[in-house]
Order: sequence, then structure tokens, then C-alpha cells
Amino acid sequence: MRNGQSSKFLLRQRPLSERLIDNGFKRLAIAMAAMVAIVLISIFLVIFLGASESIHRYGLKFLVISEWNPVTDEYGAFTAIYGTIVTSIASILIALPLGVGTSIVITEDILPSKLRDLIGLMVELLAAIPSVVLGLWAIFVMEPFLRPLLLGLHTNFGWIPFLSTEPIGPGMLPAILILVIMILPIITSISRDSLKQVPNKLREAAYGIGATRWATIINVILPAAISGITGGVLLALGRAMGETMAVTMIIGNSFSFNWSLLAPGNTISAMLANQFGEADGSQVSSLMYAALILMILTLIVNILAQLIVKKMRLKY
Amino acid sequence: MKNISKKQKSKYENLYYHPYKKNNIKDKLLTSISILFSTIAILPLVLVLAYILIKGGSLLSYDLLTNLPEPPGDDIISAGGIGNAIIGTLIITIIATFISVPIGIGGGIYLAEYSKGALFSKFIRFGTNVLSGVPSIIAGVFIYGIIVYTKIIFGSNFSAIAGGMALSILMIPTVIKTTDEGLKLVSQELRKGALGVGASKFVTITQITLPAAINPIATGILLAIARAAGETAPLIFTALFSFYWSSSPQSILEPIASLSVLIYNFAIEPYKAQNELAWAASFILVLLLLFLNILSKWLSKRTNLET
Repeated sequence: MRNGQSSKFLLRQRPLSERLIDNGFKRLAIAMAAMVAIVLISIFLVIFLGASESIHRYGLKFLVISEWNPVTDEYGAFTAIYGTIVTSIASILIALPLGVGTSIVITEDILPSKLRDLIGLMVELLAAIPSVVLGLWAIFVMEPFLRPLLLGLHTNFGWIPFLSTEPIGPGMLPAILILVIMILPIITSISRDSLKQVPNKLREAAYGIGATRWATIINVILPAAISGITGGVLLALGRAMGETMAVTMIIGNSFSFNWSLLAPGNTISAMLANQFGEADGSQVSSLMYAALILMILTLIVNILAQLIVKKMRLKY
Repeated sequence: MKNISKKQKSKYENLYYHPYKKNNIKDKLLTSISILFSTIAILPLVLVLAYILIKGGSLLSYDLLTNLPEPPGDDIISAGGIGNAIIGTLIITIIATFISVPIGIGGGIYLAEYSKGALFSKFIRFGTNVLSGVPSIIAGVFIYGIIVYTKIIFGSNFSAIAGGMALSILMIPTVIKTTDEGLKLVSQELRKGALGVGASKFVTITQITLPAAINPIATGILLAIARAAGETAPLIFTALFSFYWSSSPQSILEPIASLSVLIYNFAIEPYKAQNELAWAASFILVLLLLFLNILSKWLSKRTNLET
């Protein structure tokens, strides 16, 4: 059209149907992309509106009351929030050295490459085992095996407040250990990817000036990969906070607050899994409030992870 | 000659490897620690897999795969089978796939082919990352609030559709990301060539770029399905559970059984027969998920060889 009729070589005119299809397809793609935003925003809206009654009733006091009593209709989420934060941070502290150590073994030439590939594959397959199956395993295999060990821990170190109760089976510590198993693959695979991206010339330069293997790893390679590892740790933290099934099955779901890690506890997600199905009235609203808190916690951690990966990326 | 070499040796003494030097001992120590750590890291997989394969595999029988589960306490010796749970997991996963794949591929096409780094596409990329970090139980709470509680779909509350929708929320980010990244791997020449011979953008995408990126996209879809099929938390108060077959087409509007919810419900029962059924269901579920994961790994390896 633009070339007009004067042009000798007329451009092919696009038929109306083709233009319509083209345009429609683009709009469809935009609509599909917008679905992500719509879903995300409506998740927030639905949970916020559901929680509004409880927010009005308790305000921020909800965060510090530890009583959760459907009979008297009084709700406070302190026990669950404490459980969520303690289990996720403790599991990160255990999983971080294990995961980074494993990723170093996979990326450095400590072992023959076939063995390294096998370790990498096995850690990845660990991520494929569903949470509920790990929970089943934790109830019937891990916990009975652990109980004498935990009992020994209690009798010898019972004066420490975190070990002050006798283990009765389900509890916070078994939940922490099962969380370690669940987040180990995330930390390992993300650290492995960021270690692999460190340029080889850095390693060669360090070896060239006489550094030993571990001097190179600790002083050169790990600092170069630190942004990716930190991002991976934060993603794992978010996953640990939101992890539901295995934790629900092994943590004991108790609402009485206790400092001890050997006592049964609760997390926000475990509370949701346990009570949401049978809840009604203001209990639903309080559960929605707890879900909102969980959502905000994981959101902060995830956004932080994205920012750190973007800002702290070293450039070579 | 001998004298000189001796002299030189003493001169270059510290160029030789001394196994008992402090640094070298430290190095060996750290190496053994890291190997110990990686052994600890793979130990859980070995233990869990071994237990599931031995315990669950020994319970496997034809009746187990074809019978209905029995409500706890009815029969002390037998808990029935997991037939309806296997069908249920398939139905819910298929519903979730039908919802998430068009949205995921459409969104990925927009990000890779149409967006020009504008604010909207940045927001969508950010939103995709945030959505992939949303805890699975939150997806369940959301669908409960918007579908189950309001009974918006033909007046049914707990249903297979609600469960499938909850799972699709978890699948969408994976499908979008892999579609986006897969399409970006397709070389720009291919696109320009297609547009140059007069193909419209629609034809270019559907006939040229999408087929070229089919392997990474299929890998992503498989991974998303594998993640969804093993999820429990979004299903326990959306799809609920059922002790009956879901055979008629209307049954997608009714509560439906699934392997993962069966494992959860029966693991916390005090009856031994129900616990054993949970182990058998774990066996089937883990086999299915390992198969899907290895299939996706094989697919992604093929992609790497081609490009």
C-alpha cells in the first residue's frame, strides 16, 4: 500500500485473513503472557480478601500470640511462624556445606569424571522424589532409626534449651533433617552451575602462581561463584519455608509453643495442610492470614534471590 | 655431573612435592571432607529408593493395581488396591497439562518472539520467577478460595478440575521459561529467512521456530508434568480423595483419588494394611516420576548434541 500504484514492482499485498491471523496470534500470545500476572495478582487478592476479617480482628498481634484454639475461636500464629523460620534456617545451615561440598566434588577433578557424573545424576534424581514419599519414609524409617540418637542427645545435652524435651517421635529436628534432603538438590545444582561458569583461566592462573587445589577453590573459585551460590541458597530457603507434605507428616503439628527442637512443632504450611479442609468461619480467615504471611515471606526471599543473582554477578 | 645435580636439587628443593607439608595435609583433609559430604548427599537417595523398591515392590500384585482402596478400619488384613488413584493421578495431571501448556507456550512465544525488552515483558519475566517460587500449598489455598469455596464451576466444590487447576499454577512457570529459552536458542537467520521468503510472523513461529525448538520445550513440559504428578499439597483440599472409580465424564466435577493424596492419607492412619498400601502407591509414583525425569534428561541431551 505504502509503495502505491506507481511502483513497477508491486509488493505482495497481505490478504486480510493473513493479517487477522497474525494479529490475533500476537494478541493471544500477549493474553497468555498476561495470565501469569493475572494469576499472581489474584493469588494475592484472594488470600488477602480471605484474611481481611482476621487482619481486622487481630492486626499484628496475630504474629506474636502463640495460642491457636478453634474451640474458643482465638488464633495466633507465633508457633507456626517460629517453626517455619527455625526449620528452614536450620536446614539451610546443614544443607549449605553438604551442597557446596558436593558441587565442588562434581566440578573439580577430584574424582574420575564417570563417578562425578553419577553423583550429579543421583543428586538430581533426589529432587524427583516427591515430598509425600519422603514424608512416608521419614515416618516409618528415618524417625524410628533416629530416636535412640536423639534420646542420647537429650540425656547428654538436655541443659541446652533447644534439646530440653524428651523426643517422643515426631518433632522439629526430624522435620529439619527431611528438609535438608529436600533442599540439597537445589543448592547443589545451582552451586554446580555457578561453579561451572567460573572461567578456567582463573583456575590456571592460581595454579600457575603455586596455589594448592584448595587454596584455589577457597580464595579464587568460590568468591567468583558467590553470587550464584547465594541466589541458590535463598531459593532453597524459599522452598524450605513453603515445603508442606514431608514436614506435615513428621513435625507433629503441635500448637503448644516450645523452644526445644526435639518437641513437636508446627509450620505455616503444615498448619494449612492439616486444618484447611475442615476449617470454617473465622478459622478459615485466620488460616488465610497465615497463608498471607507465608506468601510474603517467600516472596521477599525470592525477590532477594533474583536481585542478588543480578547485582552481584562478577564480570570477566 | 653428579655433584651439580645434587647442588641443583638442594637449590630447587621446594619445587618438589612434600606430602607432609602443612598445606598439602590441609589439602588432603579438605578433599576427604568434600568427598565425605558428597557421600552423605547421595545417601538419602540410595536409602529412600532402596526402601521403596524393596518394600513397595514386594507388595505389587495384579489385584493391587486394579482394586479400589478400602476405607481405613473396614478390613484389618487388606486395604484393597490403588487402581482409582492411578487413574486419578493421570486424569488430574492431564487436566493440569491441558491448562498450563497453552498458557506456558503462548507466554513463552510472547517473551521470545514479540517482546522487545519493554516494561511489560520484564514484569512478566519477573512474575514468572515469582510464581515459580510460590509454595505449592498456596496454590491449593488460592484454588480453594476461588473455585472450591465459591462453587463457580457448575456448582461442584471439590473436583478433579479444581485439583488440575491448582497443579497447572505450578506448571506454568516451568513451561514459560523453557519455551522462552528454547526459542531464543533458534538462530536468528532461520527467522529472517522465513520472513524473507514472505511467510507471515504467525507462519514463521508455528512452522519454523517452534518446530526447531521442540526438544527443549518438550523437556520443559515433561519436567513440569513430573513435578505436578508428585505434588500433594495443592490437591488435599481441591481434589480431595475418593474411594470410588472416576469413570464417567461427569466425574471430573467430583472429588477424585490420586496416588500422592492416597500416600498422605494412608501413611498417617494407624492401620498396618493402609500403611502398606501407601508404600505400594509410593513405588508406582516414584517409578513414574523417575521415568519422566530420565526421559526429559535424555531429550535435553539430544538437544545439546544438535545445537
